[in-house]
Amino acid sequence: MIFFLLSLLFWLSAWCVNIWIARQDSKKSWKVLPPVLFGLSIVLIWEATIICFEVSPVILPPPSAIFLKFISSGPILWADFVQTVIKGALTGYLFGCISAVLLALVVDRVKFLERGLLPIGNFMAAMPIIGIAPILVMWYGYGWQSKSAVVTIMVFFPMLINTIQGMKMSDKIHSDLMLTYNASYSQNLLKLKLTTAMPFIFNGLKIGTTLALIGAIVAEFFGSPVRGMGFRISTEAARFSLDMVWAEITVAAISGSLFYGIVVLFERWITFWHPSQRGSA
Amino acid sequence: MSEKSKFFPVISVLTVIVILWYGFSVVLNSPWAFDQAKRNTISLSFPELVSKTWSQKRPKLPTPHQVASEMWNTTVHQKITSKRSLVYHTWITFSETMFGFLLGTSLGILLAIAIVHNRATAISVMPWIITSQTIPILALAPMIIVALGSAGFSGLLPIAIISMYLSFFPVVVGMVKGLRSPERLELDQMKTWSASGPQVLIKLRLPKSMPFFFTSLKLGMAAALVGAIVGELPSGGGGGLGFRMLSGSTFGNTLHIWSGLFSAALLAAALITFIGILQKVILKKMALEL
Repeated sequence: MIFFLLSLLFWLSAWCVNIWIARQDSKKSWKVLPPVLFGLSIVLIWEATIICFEVSPVILPPPSAIFLKFISSGPILWADFVQTVIKGALTGYLFGCISAVLLALVVDRVKFLERGLLPIGNFMAAMPIIGIAPILVMWYGYGWQSKSAVVTIMVFFPMLINTIQGMKMSDKIHSDLMLTYNASYSQNLLKLKLTTAMPFIFNGLKIGTTLALIGAIVAEFFGSPVRGMGFRISTEAARFSLDMVWAEITVAAISGSLFYGIVVLFERWITFWHPSQRGSA
Repeated sequence: MSEKSKFFPVISVLTVIVILWYGFSVVLNSPWAFDQAKRNTISLSFPELVSKTWSQKRPKLPTPHQVASEMWNTTVHQKITSKRSLVYHTWITFSETMFGFLLGTSLGILLAIAIVHNRATAISVMPWIITSQTIPILALAPMIIVALGSAGFSGLLPIAIISMYLSFFPVVVGMVKGLRSPERLELDQMKTWSASGPQVLIKLRLPKSMPFFFTSLKLGMAAALVGAIVGELPSGGGGGLGFRMLSGSTFGNTLHIWSGLFSAALLAAALITFIGILQKVILKKMALEL
């Protein structure tokens, strides 16, 4: 019980520190502290609640047990990571994004297609596309290929509509300028259209990172070889060994955040000129 | 771009898709048709092959008319209380989606209000809300269902919680933007009237946030439906479109998968259109949109 009260005390004092920080002028070094304190107090309260109220590990394992499991089952987690993230999600992500950009290039030239495809693309982006997973698992088998196909379709539509929208961002006056320079189609495309589309393309890429992982994991619920994060999560959950499930979710969380972070880094590097990037520097 | 100028291109793209679909179903279903023909030692002419591939019972890729007739048969010719009825499964998914959506939207609005009014909340919670979305939350689905099931909750609630988790995020982000959309001038005006915090919230911030609110509702609704479908997968036996697709995939009944998929798409379209109509009516009443 004392542990529980102490954790509450920690949370309260962390909150007071956060309020104090919020009153200060925001300096950059301070910005990481509040979320870290908040996260830490959540973990402490979680641990303390489970110890003090004797919550069964079947309902919610304590963070310490999850951490121990995470450390001790490294090879299994790594194999699952390779199967799901590298083979399933990453290949599908690359394939889906590249084909969406290529189609967007075609659509940009043919206005008729744009008017026809954009409403359909918008419609499809709001659909529960994940439902196509059982069909693709049936077509391409239980291996990583079917997961890759699911991911491809899931990232395709958000990427397509973002790229098409981005390609329309170049001003008339800019294309006129390119015309006076006698720029060829490819020059116009590379130096003007794709460049102005970059913030939108990165928006699509960022949305795609989460979708890719979700697609790869959920597709494994419909059948997979005996490794992979989705497979592990569904079988271990059925066996009530929730510490393994949470360890797997930790891996998913870390790889999801890393994936997103890498895309953001690329975005900063490529679209350094955009106002939203300059503001933060 | 007017509505009319879109109509013709959309129809022609759709026509091309349908034609391609019929073509692919010939290609994908032909191995089985050839196999059958070989067993009966007959050879197939091309028209025969086409008609065979378009009428298989368990095709690899069913044709659009097969899917349509399957949907028609399972909605009209079945009692809606029967487990074979598509209406029954759609209703289950619909109620889970709505339940989760309402929970998620209320949570989202409350969080947004807390974030707008308290800087400490904003700087400590907001990064976690954003991080929560880079995590494939759906991976949590089997665990939430097992954990809540062993705690004595089953049925709608566990699935609604998954829907809630997916749908609260667009609402938080949209509402924070919306609640912060009043201009300095308007806030100052409220101050000269010595309006209290809640008054500013109800009379200025909430009305001003309505356009953002409806946009995030649409996103949240789509997310809630995905959550409900995926949540049904590990729960087993409960029914719903996700369950129907899973059982279709287990028993190799492709028509069940496809009809489930299309019902889900129709459900999503109907829900989002409904919010769209609500948006138009309410925003017009509030004179925020002409």
